[in-house]
Amino acid sequence: MHYHAFDHYHAQESRIHHLDPRVKVLLTIGFILSNALLPDGSWLAFAAAWLLLLWANDQTRLGLGYTFRRSFVALPFAIAAVSAIFSPLGQPLAEWNLGFITLIPTDFGVVRFFSILARSWLSVQMAILLVATTQFPDLIHAFEHLKTPRTLTTIIAFLYRYLFVLTDEAYRLLRARSARSAGLPGKHRGGSLFWRAKVTGSMAGQLFLRSYERSDRIYNAMLARGYSGHIRTLNPHTMQRSDWLMLILSVLLLLFIQIIGWYR
Amino acid sequence: MPVKHKTTYPLTLPDCEGDILQIHELNFAYPDGHIALRDVSLNLCSGDKVALVGPNGAGKSTLMLHINGILRGEGDVAVSGLPISDENLPVIRALVGVVFQNPDDQLFSPTVFDDVAFGPLHMGLPENEIHQRVDEALAAVQMQGFGERLSHHLSMGQKKRIAIATVLSMQPQILVLDEPSAGLDPRARRALIHLLRDLPQTMLISTHDLRMVQELFPRMVIMDEGHIVADGKATELLTDAALLETHGLEI
Repeated sequence: MHYHAFDHYHAQESRIHHLDPRVKVLLTIGFILSNALLPDGSWLAFAAAWLLLLWANDQTRLGLGYTFRRSFVALPFAIAAVSAIFSPLGQPLAEWNLGFITLIPTDFGVVRFFSILARSWLSVQMAILLVATTQFPDLIHAFEHLKTPRTLTTIIAFLYRYLFVLTDEAYRLLRARSARSAGLPGKHRGGSLFWRAKVTGSMAGQLFLRSYERSDRIYNAMLARGYSGHIRTLNPHTMQRSDWLMLILSVLLLLFIQIIGWYR
Repeated sequence: MPVKHKTTYPLTLPDCEGDILQIHELNFAYPDGHIALRDVSLNLCSGDKVALVGPNGAGKSTLMLHINGILRGEGDVAVSGLPISDENLPVIRALVGVVFQNPDDQLFSPTVFDDVAFGPLHMGLPENEIHQRVDEALAAVQMQGFGERLSHHLSMGQKKRIAIATVLSMQPQILVLDEPSAGLDPRARRALIHLLRDLPQTMLISTHDLRMVQELFPRMVIMDEGHIVADGKATELLTDAALLETHGLEI
């Protein structure tokens, strides 16, 4: 039994799926950077970025609304931007008295809030698209090619590999607990809150102990097979002409979006 | 728990229609679409000792997880006449003692005592009864005096016995064990066989150890690809070489 909660790769035959992972990583970072650099209230540029995103969605053949449907995971983070509405710069729009505090939304603040919302919403969708079209090992590989420190990529690769083992382990512990969480008619069930907290605490402790011991065993198994400090991989990725074309075209489109944002 | 050694073990099937466990046309598919159980029907009577055998991936563990309602498929499951429902679940979990294959899953508390006491504590029993039940359960698996030991420092055979004690302390009517003899050395396996023989509860035990089945279980159920393909006297099924080979079993 496995949890697939973190595995978001969607197999499909498409131009984007076959693109070199380095290009995809660079373009995603470029897209996020471009959104961050756009001035507040440049709605036309945001719309252009959105069109670019839709085009990318279409190219993956996962459907136009693919990333939109999955973008709501980022919604809770938008709450962090709510305070921007009450920015003291700009003209006040209303006055909300909540008893202990008076909130004054301003026109500048509202524009800023929606701009932040647009930026994060667009950026999250592009990241979702990257993960959906690139296998995780390829993604790690791309970061290695782009000179991300080896230690960092190795940690991420191991994290990804053993996250599933760990969630499975946690899941089995929880299942064993619920199998013994019985009750008798007419008796209070579940013990005291303190006792339940203690049980949960020791389960977390067990999970840590086991992960720790497992990491030792894994390391020994790696040493036994000649591990010397960094993971070597074969290098199956070479930039094709189509990869360069896609990279150049997309960078030009991003520049175009910037021009719309700043000069319109 | 009275530990009385029987010299001759009755290899006959009790005559009833399933007073303690009734499973009727149970179907289950995992969320990824893999169908694990297809039209499974199984009745267990009080005192029945049933071996559930079949290749890996046949659906044995999935079936076992339905008996205490951890998984809920389509079809009817009733324990002691109680159909599985949200309302009955606490009582059913007290009636059915499930021991998982890997004792490390079962033992999640720091000490052996805490683990064996988990079930009774959750059931809200008074303290003196909890102590009494823990002592009885540990005695039944011959692990007296291990209460203060740390679970993760025990040997595999000891962990398996403690795992069985963690459900015995709940005084269940049915014991459901998932591959109890897997990974044990001959001596620990022998000790486990004696333990299972002496426990009075109704048992449904999944295993690949057909020599243990031969020795211990009057009734045997063979599962393959989510179906129950045979259900009958172990002595008869175990001599059917063609049947065993078809379903990847070996004595």
